[in-house]
Amino acid sequence: MPSVRFKMLERAPSQDAQQDGSVARPVAFRGAGFMPGGGRASGWIALALAIALWQLAGSAGWVNPLFLPAPSAIAVAIYKLAVSGALWQHVSASVVRIGSGWLIGTMAGVIVGFAIGLSTLARGVGITFISALFPIPKIALLPLLILWLGIGEEPKIATIALGVFFSTAISVYSGVDAVPRNLIRMAQSFNVPFHAIVIRVIWPGALPSILAGFRITASVALLLVVSAEMIGAQFGIGAFVLQAGNLMQTDQLLAGVVILSLFGLAVGKAINVLEARLLHWR
Amino acid sequence: MDLIADHISHRFGGLDVLDRVSFTVASGEVVAIVGPSGCGKSTLLSILGGLLRPSEGRAELRGAPPDNSLNPLTFVFQDFALLPWCTVEANVAFPLVHTALDAAARQAVVDDALRRTGLSDFRGAYPKQLSGGMRQRVGIARALAVRPAILLMDEPLSALDSQTRELLMEDFVRLLADGAMGAVYVTHNLEEAVRLADRVVVLSRRPGRVREVVSIPMTRAERGGIDARGKLLTLQNQLWSLIREEAIDAEREVQNA
Repeated sequence: MPSVRFKMLERAPSQDAQQDGSVARPVAFRGAGFMPGGGRASGWIALALAIALWQLAGSAGWVNPLFLPAPSAIAVAIYKLAVSGALWQHVSASVVRIGSGWLIGTMAGVIVGFAIGLSTLARGVGITFISALFPIPKIALLPLLILWLGIGEEPKIATIALGVFFSTAISVYSGVDAVPRNLIRMAQSFNVPFHAIVIRVIWPGALPSILAGFRITASVALLLVVSAEMIGAQFGIGAFVLQAGNLMQTDQLLAGVVILSLFGLAVGKAINVLEARLLHWR
Repeated sequence: MDLIADHISHRFGGLDVLDRVSFTVASGEVVAIVGPSGCGKSTLLSILGGLLRPSEGRAELRGAPPDNSLNPLTFVFQDFALLPWCTVEANVAFPLVHTALDAAARQAVVDDALRRTGLSDFRGAYPKQLSGGMRQRVGIARALAVRPAILLMDEPLSALDSQTRELLMEDFVRLLADGAMGAVYVTHNLEEAVRLADRVVVLSRRPGRVREVVSIPMTRAERGGIDARGKLLTLQNQLWSLIREEAIDAEREVQNA
């Protein structure tokens, strides 16, 4: 004969309900939400809807095209710019400035960031200077840089490089600080030399932070190139946008803005690809 | 090659952590270090392995390391310390990259270490793809690759579940069976200590002093049998009686901190 305990374990929920008269009910699910998905279709649909609405407002005459030209007018303006060759002239001027400034600022920032992350002396000196100089809007230094470097490309590139440098240095030394100390101790316990620890442990360990910094510095570079070109340049997207604004050519002005947006998107995509290749282990 | 702790004392700021700790780990011997929480076990291991400079005293090596040893004192870490961006194979090869071994010899060493730890089929996996037990096997394979004279193991099983712990303990028994490799085994688990060690150094509450050294009077091979279980349990209870009061005090101290 089975024991009482055995009988209790065997008893089904429906039998429970029959015996005491109460009705069994499912436990309410309370774990929904707080897990936003990564669906991209909704974003593209929303963007398409916004553009369609904008086009409708332009075509129906709800907004003055002088102040807000329709997307089709902007597309035509971009096409004309491309056909005339002016687009490439302006884009290439901006790309050269951004590329040079970003590269110089990044290289200097990586070197200084690593020095701050690895050396007590460099940390003491470097963090003091960075704390003092980082908050300065770098575009405010452009007139001074023009005085120092002349009115050519150099002050614009230097402004971008300065803006990129500080953010890069901060992200690099933060990344170095974030490398788990146990990995460094492990390498030391195997007598791995200092330079090899830097290359094989600290650099890959800091890379996520460094690449996150690249994302920020790309935006900083874009912001600064436009600002610098608005202050003193004949060619470049910033100069083109300013000229278009002065001439009330709002379709061209917005064409410039769209090109900047596309440029920012392209850089973001490139960094995504870089992250996917270099941080596949995460 | 013997490893000697010679009157090692250590302070962190104003906090005395170790007080004149002395003992010797003979060639091929496994010495467990146990004691209440915060008694300085891991600090002592770091000093013995040259990762921390003691405030007083010193760690010494006596005798020549084995001819083929690439790193006589080699750590196995509690948290595995694997490079997450490297595959299992690259993690095991990591300490060999800067040695004089050529590529073929290095590959042979890595293959042997992977085979001994049952990781040959996982050489291309990344640490995040492995269970805790498998990660620690990678840590052990990496340590074996440099052919250590003495393994310095800092609670190597404490982050693992009990079944994995049992399996890895069997692996340790197997790896240490031929007596070619000694070990200092820091643990808070007294069962691990009596299963693996030839001698157990019992440290007192902070500042850690050598309170007693307990010898385990049977070979590791004998400890696997059912007959040995009673004796091991007695030894375990003996160790616990040495630690119990101080462990309670240490726990209260941590809670009040």
